[in-house]
Amino acid sequence: MESLHNVAAGFAVVLEPTNLLYCLVGVVIGMLIGVLPGLGPAATIAILLPLTYGVEPVTAIIMLAGIFYGAQYGGTITSVLLRLPGEASSVVTVLDGHALAKQGRAGTALGVAAVGSFVGGTVAIIGLTFLAPLVAGFALDFGPPEYTALALVGILLVATIASGSKVKALVAAAIGLLLATVGRDAFTGAERFTFDSLSLADGIDFVPVAMGLFGLGEILYNLEERHRAVSAPGKVTNVWPTRKDLKESSGAVARGSLLGFFLGILPGGGATISSMAAYAAEKKRAKDPSRFGKGAIEGVAGPETANNAAATSSFIPLLTLGIPANATMALMFGALLIQGVTPGPQLVTENPELFWGVVNSMYIGNVLLLIMSIPLVGVFVRILRVRAAILAPVTALITMIGAYTINNSVFDVLLVVVFGAVGYLMKKFGFEPGPLVLAFVLGSLLESNLRRSLLMFDGSATGFFTRPISATLLVVFVVVAVLPLVRSVRNRRAAPSQVDAAPVKNRDVKNREEESV
Amino acid sequence: MGTATEKDEVLVDGDPAQVPAGEAAGADTDERADDVPPPAGPVANLAACLTTAAVGVAGAVAAVALGLGTPAQPGAGLWPLAVSVAVVVLSLAQVLIGRRGGDGEKFSRYSWLSLVGLATLLGLVALLPVIGFEIPSLLLSVVWMKFLGGETWRSALLYSALVVGVLYAVFVGALGTNVPHLF
Repeated sequence: MESLHNVAAGFAVVLEPTNLLYCLVGVVIGMLIGVLPGLGPAATIAILLPLTYGVEPVTAIIMLAGIFYGAQYGGTITSVLLRLPGEASSVVTVLDGHALAKQGRAGTALGVAAVGSFVGGTVAIIGLTFLAPLVAGFALDFGPPEYTALALVGILLVATIASGSKVKALVAAAIGLLLATVGRDAFTGAERFTFDSLSLADGIDFVPVAMGLFGLGEILYNLEERHRAVSAPGKVTNVWPTRKDLKESSGAVARGSLLGFFLGILPGGGATISSMAAYAAEKKRAKDPSRFGKGAIEGVAGPETANNAAATSSFIPLLTLGIPANATMALMFGALLIQGVTPGPQLVTENPELFWGVVNSMYIGNVLLLIMSIPLVGVFVRILRVRAAILAPVTALITMIGAYTINNSVFDVLLVVVFGAVGYLMKKFGFEPGPLVLAFVLGSLLESNLRRSLLMFDGSATGFFTRPISATLLVVFVVVAVLPLVRSVRNRRAAPSQVDAAPVKNRDVKNREEESV
Repeated sequence: MGTATEKDEVLVDGDPAQVPAGEAAGADTDERADDVPPPAGPVANLAACLTTAAVGVAGAVAAVALGLGTPAQPGAGLWPLAVSVAVVVLSLAQVLIGRRGGDGEKFSRYSWLSLVGLATLLGLVALLPVIGFEIPSLLLSVVWMKFLGGETWRSALLYSALVVGVLYAVFVGALGTNVPHLF
């Protein structure tokens, strides 16, 4: 009963006109930046983080929710119109979405995607509303050892689900952990890796790192790739999905919602896996699977619903455990920390207004997304037709000036440029920035909990295995770490004996990796 | 874990995984076949991994200097040391794993564009506290549009002025931020 009361109070906060306005602004700006080719949700949120600085925490969080949903949908628009997925989770949307666009039905694809995203997101928020307090209650007993294990598993899963080389992703994660140690040590007061610089004494801020790696890194990379750009279609018609379209896709939307919600709770690339699983499920169920890839509306509805549902339900581990499940969530985590909100099991009980404010702002963000996306499709198409040569300096300058406004510090701007260069190089050399940022965000939490655990256990690492939850999590950690090794050794051994089977399987795996980039 | 295996099964059984990759490759061949960037290659892998390994070694050395303490009383350097060792070990493992190359992207003649872009950004950082953001932003924008983007002088100058004007209106006028400005 009490929680119901809190839910209602949360709605009262969210529905204040100022907050609604900020949410609306968030959705529109999120879509505006998210629609720029090459900038996925993580980059969009990173670039727009400074915008949320000046406003009150609750309002800022509501605006962030708007930016989050807007950025997600922005990626869908580029998938359909330009076959440029903003992130891995809308890769499969490209197949049928772009096929529909070629048939002149881009509007249908975008409309169905918007409706599907809305339904999937809403289902997931309802699930979150009921599930999150339960998980948080369970996690209240977590002590330092559990958090240590949880953070380790979280980082490892994100790194292993990454596309491309897993070991490179782990290297990036480890470097992220190392960067997190820069600054004054909280336990001993010793200055670590500060090179006697005052600017580094308090550690490296999360925002310049994220803005550099995700934002400026992408922009620099696009400077080089732009000559490869594809041109946007002149005009998009039929934005409103017909009743027939909606009827055809309703099953896919329902299945995608459930699939996305459950897969999204799991750490790692929840949204990516669920969009692929939804596509596979739809194709399997279809009477005529050959339509897929040639403009089957279910092929857009299923994955788009699932990835939005998953993106929403991945807020559950963030809000209840304080562990972001993927790079986008790491950004939301950093953004919440800046607002003075520490996501974790205590948030529901100690700060119910904020907690339910965050949750309910997602309902509103979703509704506004639906309202804004369909009528604004024309505007976004026009933006896509603005030449990249003109858009590039605009996004770069917004990032630079935005970075300055965070702390009024030129050093922060310099950090953004440095991490922008690092992000560009990482991309060129096949390292993913996601695991680095996630590990960087979790670094101090991981270190302080590890050290507290060691103090608790009097320096003995076996102590972790005396507690059921941390023991289980560490076993999971070892399994996730060792399994790929065992597999590759077995594959190599199997290769000579099963000349036919092994290469095919390897190719499947390789295809999957390449395609999830 | 459940998802990873589940995903494998789903994708291998229903083989939609091949569809995206295959379809994408098929469509790419007619539109922009020779435009797909080649992988960075084994030398790049070696160089990248040695660089990260060097970062790890430097971190480890500095961590030891910070004092390790004991496991029961960890010092400031123990955790950085552990992480640095992980960086080194993983980097060296990648040297072996990636010895045939395969991922990443080769630098192309267009990579110069990114380098020039980076240089102008550094210039902006240097000039920002001295003369405010307007003139450096205008210069950066013109360089990016005219030289990196191939716009005409006319549109580069016109749009750059417009962009800086809008930025001024938003950051100085509407948001009232403290970004250094000349005017």
